[in-house]
Amino acid sequence: MPHINLTNEYPGIRSLFIYRPETAAPMNALVQAMLHNPHPSLSAGERELIATYVSRLNTCKYCCNIHGAIAKHQLGNNGDIVQQVLSDPETAPISSKMKALLKIAAKVQSGGKNVLPADIELARSEGATDIELHDAVLIAAAFCMYNRYVDGLATWQPDDAELYDKMGEQRAREGYLTPPFKVATGDSQ
Amino acid sequence: MAHIKLLNEELPGIVGLLNYRPETARPLLDLAETLLRGPSSLTSGEREIIAASVSYWNKCHFCHTSHAAAAAAHLGSDIGLIDDIKAGLPNTPVSDKLRALLHIAHQVQRNGKNVTDEDISFARDLGATDQELHDTVLIAAAFCMYNRYVDGLGTWAPGPNEAYTAMGERMAHVGYGKN
Repeated sequence: MPHINLTNEYPGIRSLFIYRPETAAPMNALVQAMLHNPHPSLSAGERELIATYVSRLNTCKYCCNIHGAIAKHQLGNNGDIVQQVLSDPETAPISSKMKALLKIAAKVQSGGKNVLPADIELARSEGATDIELHDAVLIAAAFCMYNRYVDGLATWQPDDAELYDKMGEQRAREGYLTPPFKVATGDSQ
Repeated sequence: MAHIKLLNEELPGIVGLLNYRPETARPLLDLAETLLRGPSSLTSGEREIIAASVSYWNKCHFCHTSHAAAAAAHLGSDIGLIDDIKAGLPNTPVSDKLRALLHIAHQVQRNGKNVTDEDISFARDLGATDQELHDTVLIAAAFCMYNRYVDGLGTWAPGPNEAYTAMGERMAHVGYGKN
């Protein structure tokens, strides 16, 4: 049961966005700008991997599953990369630059001050640009917000992998600003 | 020195970052404006106290001191409020409801799952509404973002409390993303 009466049956953050449209608008605009809009050098799939990984570190089931599904669809329907990043970024089939950015994202997740000049230098030596460093830090920081919002109000977080895949396909294709489709609530709490 | 080359290195804390990346600055500012100055049954002073407290627990000097200064500007208190927020408000007359909401904010600061049914019913018994509970959780969560953004990129921040007085006045009375 969510901690407050959300009066709708959408899962995760979608239930909160419908409850409070005034804050949903900037939160959705932020995720659209960070993860979906064209980027000078990071693909949408790479940016979704950062979001998915940080959500896992924060143990937020809904955000990890939905962004994992979006990442999969942004990466040419390759769910293996997502699972490998979640189990160990160091051995996952991603670029050395992405590994260094994920390391920075993990530092941000544990506390902004944990990012050290050496972490930045390592990422730079693998080719990371200022914009990429900026965006990796902001994506990691922002998911420390979205994850806490979703868990802190105890939203409904289904266990249905197919549902996340379907929602993820929609977001990969349409971005974040279109309405969510109605979810069958048979397994709603 | 920040970890990246900002366009204007004299701008402190989040200000230099917002100036660096306008695409993400707009929603970040709109969210702060809505959360802290938009219509709510919590006063802006109360909401700034939540923001400043979470920022203190996250050890973000810039966000803590500037939002505490904004709280002082809303409440007409002197700048001593900044240190009183650090100490858990022993010398500031705040409602028991706000103290219960601050406890929830502290739980969120550690991890969203730390908020218990008991924390929620305790705040409800002191008069907290659904929207106040929602906004408290979201303010706490949002400052877990702003704080990490500011510190994760190694921005600089003025030291003494007095350096934040004018900034706090502007945040309180002009707003976020307003000129």
